[in-house]
Amino acid sequence: MAVTRRQFMKVSAAGLAASSVGALGFAGAGDALAAGVRPFKLERATETRNTCPYCSVSCGVLIYSMGDKSKNAKSSIIHIEGDPDHPVSRGTLCPRGAAALDFVKSPLRLKYPMHRKPGSEKFERVTWDFALDRIATLMKDDRDKNFIAKNRDGVTVNRWLTTGFFGTSAQSNEAGYLVYKLARSTGILALENQARI
Amino acid sequence: MTNSWNDIKNADVILVMGGNAAEAHPCGFKWVTEAKSNNGAKLVVVDPRFTRSAAVADMYAPLRPGTDIAFLSGVMRYLLANNKIHADYVKAFTNASYIVKEGYGFQDGLFSGYDQARKAYTDRSGWDYEFDEQGMAKVDDTLQHPRCVLNLLKAHVERYTPEMVERICGTPKAKFLQVCELMATTANGERSMTSMYALGWTQHTTGAQNIRSMAMIQLLLGNMGVPGGGVNALRGHANVQGITDLALLSTSTPGYLVLPTDREPTYADYMKSRGFKPIRPGQTSFWQNYPKFFVSQQKAFFGAAATKDNDWAYEYLPKFDASYDTLKIVDMMAAGQMNGLFAQGLNILLAAPDKAKVQSGLAKLKWLVVIDPLETETARFWENHGEFHNANPKSIQTEVIQLPANAFAEDEGSFTNSSRVIQWHWKAADGPGESRSDIQIMSELFSRLRALYAKNGGAYPDPILKLTWNYTNPTNPDPAEVLKEINGYAIEDLPDPADANRVVLRAGQLLPAFAMMRDDGKTAGGCWIYTGVYTEAGNMAMRRDASDPTGKGVHANWGFAWPANRRVLYNRASADASGKPWSERKKYVWWNGTRWTGADVPDYAPTVAPERGVGPFIMNHEGTARLFSRAAMADGPFPEHYEPMDAYIANPLHPKVSTNPITRVFAADAKAFGTPDKFPIVATTYRLTEHFHYWTKSVHGNAVLQPELFVEIGERLAKAKGIKDTDWVEISSQRGTIKAKACVTKRLRPIMVDGKPCDVIGLPIHYGFIGLTRKGYATNVLTPPVGDISVNTPEYKAFLVDVKKTTAPAQPAVA
Amino acid sequence: MATLQSLDIRRRSASTEVPPQVRKASVEVAKLIDVSKCIGCKACQAACLAWNDLVQPVGYFDGNYDNPVDLTPTSWTVMKFTEIEKGDDLEWLIRKDGCMHCDDPGCLKACPAPGAIVQYTNGIVDFVSENCIGCGYCVKGCPFDVPRISRVDRKAYKCTLCSDRVAVGQAPACAKACPTQAIYFGSKDDMIVHAEKRIADLKSRGYQKAGLYNPPGVGGTHVMYVLHHADKPSLYAGLPDDPKISPMVGFWKGAMKPISLAVIAFAGVFGFLHYITKGPNEVSDADERKGDELAGGQTNSRGRS
Repeated sequence: MAVTRRQFMKVSAAGLAASSVGALGFAGAGDALAAGVRPFKLERATETRNTCPYCSVSCGVLIYSMGDKSKNAKSSIIHIEGDPDHPVSRGTLCPRGAAALDFVKSPLRLKYPMHRKPGSEKFERVTWDFALDRIATLMKDDRDKNFIAKNRDGVTVNRWLTTGFFGTSAQSNEAGYLVYKLARSTGILALENQARI
Repeated sequence: MTNSWNDIKNADVILVMGGNAAEAHPCGFKWVTEAKSNNGAKLVVVDPRFTRSAAVADMYAPLRPGTDIAFLSGVMRYLLANNKIHADYVKAFTNASYIVKEGYGFQDGLFSGYDQARKAYTDRSGWDYEFDEQGMAKVDDTLQHPRCVLNLLKAHVERYTPEMVERICGTPKAKFLQVCELMATTANGERSMTSMYALGWTQHTTGAQNIRSMAMIQLLLGNMGVPGGGVNALRGHANVQGITDLALLSTSTPGYLVLPTDREPTYADYMKSRGFKPIRPGQTSFWQNYPKFFVSQQKAFFGAAATKDNDWAYEYLPKFDASYDTLKIVDMMAAGQMNGLFAQGLNILLAAPDKAKVQSGLAKLKWLVVIDPLETETARFWENHGEFHNANPKSIQTEVIQLPANAFAEDEGSFTNSSRVIQWHWKAADGPGESRSDIQIMSELFSRLRALYAKNGGAYPDPILKLTWNYTNPTNPDPAEVLKEINGYAIEDLPDPADANRVVLRAGQLLPAFAMMRDDGKTAGGCWIYTGVYTEAGNMAMRRDASDPTGKGVHANWGFAWPANRRVLYNRASADASGKPWSERKKYVWWNGTRWTGADVPDYAPTVAPERGVGPFIMNHEGTARLFSRAAMADGPFPEHYEPMDAYIANPLHPKVSTNPITRVFAADAKAFGTPDKFPIVATTYRLTEHFHYWTKSVHGNAVLQPELFVEIGERLAKAKGIKDTDWVEISSQRGTIKAKACVTKRLRPIMVDGKPCDVIGLPIHYGFIGLTRKGYATNVLTPPVGDISVNTPEYKAFLVDVKKTTAPAQPAVA
Repeated sequence: MATLQSLDIRRRSASTEVPPQVRKASVEVAKLIDVSKCIGCKACQAACLAWNDLVQPVGYFDGNYDNPVDLTPTSWTVMKFTEIEKGDDLEWLIRKDGCMHCDDPGCLKACPAPGAIVQYTNGIVDFVSENCIGCGYCVKGCPFDVPRISRVDRKAYKCTLCSDRVAVGQAPACAKACPTQAIYFGSKDDMIVHAEKRIADLKSRGYQKAGLYNPPGVGGTHVMYVLHHADKPSLYAGLPDDPKISPMVGFWKGAMKPISLAVIAFAGVFGFLHYITKGPNEVSDADERKGDELAGGQTNSRGRS
């Protein structure tokens, strides 16, 4: 392979710089034996076992947080990776699960209850009390007005059709069961989850 | 899944059709790669697109979207015509030998009992067996009777020749036959095939029948109940299985019980059709226990207010007159028939078909409550986002309340995976800002609603006031306490049925198994199939022993699988009629002379000897599996190919009944469907491995990996339309128009359908006007507002479009 | 560098010799990438970003599934997708691209900054940022076109094979995450044995040319591939068929070295003084331009926003 003069000069300069520094002993022999690698960032992080929130493989995940749960340390999640004990996932994660920290820390996470008035162009921050009382009132008003105790044939049907509930498939069984109890006790029939869509 | 993720490693042939497991469920797909590298297994992928599953497949066959039944019926024809069925299995464990009534018939695309005027099967009485005087189904063990199920099936699928499959599906005949041959290698007890499917089968107007077709094939091959076999639904969300089990579904109650209808005004009426009397001698017909599960559930819901005298508070349950499923809800919204809506972690504006219809529905609501960890398009449907979402806030009078929910890492509880395994997760940290757990949000809301009814009265307050909510902290219950209620407990001391002086369970103790549930009000339990998950021995969902002594991937002490910690359903069928394993290789559950034993919890009464002839499919009245489904399916006892509602061709089998004759089309949608003269290209939507629904577009790492909406176009079509990579393309359907960047690929080739080349394009669904990805059009602008007739799952997978080159969207694509 | 952990060094850039040492890593490690098992899911990319706290800007769709479209200072591994028609059949070849951790690392040999590139005794080639002068010679020296210079801090970046994880006995983040064991991690010896089994399986499925990619031109690598078409590595998005260290690097290491040493009193001291007095930021415009080019942009080719 031909080496042009220009390349020669370039190489030579690099060589000089490198050789010179090394040969003159600026790179201490002692230093050369070992090099510090980036410190292992999970050294004393708190580990919590959890389940990946995305698909139904439900891979085991280990969530690492800073703070040891002592009184004066607020836990914050710093890393998520696979749980090697999990018999299905065996420590692996897909691109969604492997990026789960970015979901927890997404700038689009909701932080406060918000309210948008009819015709408004914006959301306004409200308190939980305001939001929950408002929803309970809206529910009751609509239910009291539109509850169907009997159908046209006089059969007791006790249903409420003017309000619907799309429940999430990402919530725990326990939360979902409470959604069911709440919805059906009011007579809601339009109760669905992501199963069909 | 009938089997489990881990069980896939036992398979010899893996069929990925109606799904894309490598992309949608990569970590579950690991067990496919394990089967391939350790078991010599062959992977077959049948898909309109050459997917990343196909990239690692041994065999790939294309087909036109929406033609799966034709393909699978062709497989059945091949198996039957070439006598490549597991004959002993079919004879012993299916209804192949049952004699069908003379009233049953099929002609020109219609099954017997069709009412042309009402577009419905009004008389399905012919879709059944002949019965003897004792009410037992008549059988012909010689399989000679012309109307025995096997012969009717042969006749039904006879039309699906390889040539017809090629004509309808576009699958080259040679490829199709290769797939058939490979599947046929499992028609014995030595080898097994697993089927892995997902929304590619469900999201069609023929969704339920797609899956039935596969179930029938697996029965013909003897692959149900055996390791490495089964029909495996790869569910979506981490807990969509659990939330379905717990019946966030319009017509269900937890544990796959059915909500009463208008036609069942009393408990007695309700139970009349749920006697589940066996229709073959000596059969289990397990649903005979229905009243025990139902009464226990009512006791869990309403406690002391549910008594024998008030029919277990039967009146408290709403009765349905129609299915209020997703499509129906959207239709009602759009018709102005709904005032309020909760969207909890479900981005309905993008998730339901026909975005324009959803948008008009949301705008007609008086109020909308959005509960979510993330910003969603649904919460901001009233905002204007230019070309991507044109809305006028001033004209939208819907009041919107948006509540911040915790994410998985920030609360505690259980999820149920696709293998039916219930697993606990622990909280790692608080959520951001003032976000709260779903449990707390629901509980606070219920407490306030109940207080309003207690104070002011109102319409029928009884079920709200009497609903059990006796948790230690009623506004933020401990999830363990809720799971105990789901599991069930004894309300009174339970006497031993064999010895009245002995108590098997004290009042207040948790039920160890659903077998202990009673219909006399002495037990409570929210979801019978979950019984056993939380017993006096502790929370079984927390178990973390990953050991697998048999090496079959059972992991019996990891979490708790419903029902009864059983990992493979129908597993008694892994042994022959005499109780012997079909083969040493597939040995799983067998009769040891005194009881059923093996790697798993037997799906069978543990001490019932094989000689008694009790069938392995104990949930059916027959004890056998149904090749002929009687009247269980709305659209026919055998699957039949119908064209999608956006029909690309006239159905070659019966052009006059081209589409499913009983498809539910709402009046508002009469003109919602496209025709090939205006929309000559077939489109399908799909998911990318880098994203999860409409969720990860708000997740930075995933936005990096797939930053922007695109449309996959084959090279031939791209050339014809003058489209190159990254050009902007306009895609239009009868419902609307979107723009996307072109991904010109060799992976979508035109296929020959009915003698002419058919182009297929693909659209990933994940983009919208909120998120960290580039702003994009929602693909549900294009999809038709119609679904499967049996279960009302929308058609997202086969519709007609046209494409042309266009210019970039007016608004800069900056999210 | 403040550190809690270290790895023993075998070689160090711009250092003429590494004194003999008593300690030796018990294993040489390797990552085996089995392209025949790879489903292109990019879990490795996501895991790499997450573990290494890399914030890769969101790009644009660029015509295929490659995204980010190429390695960047903040994307140390990317998937490369190649569609190949073979008669009626199609192959979609998917290769995880990134540092190969050559046993004879061209980057290290080309690097003029003492200790900016080290090779540990376990085989990992690592960039030590605090010593990096951002000159880009590592890029020239790399036969696989892997290192990228950051515009933010003008330092070179690439895959570390998660040296921080390996140092405490953990597999690299990408290997751990990989759903299908397309990435496997262990001792190089074990990986070669495993590769043989995989190659036998591939041959049984009709891939007669299946083989291991462990190119001798760079002394073998600590990231190896199982390829179904080992006779044509370049099918896989241009994986070099026979990678060798650039002749320029070889030239100065060979012929140039004595000359360099001969002029050490003048040029060497001058060069060093120049470096310590002016610092690495003092580069010519031409170098600057070249550096930008090498940096490959923080965003995708079409993604300058």
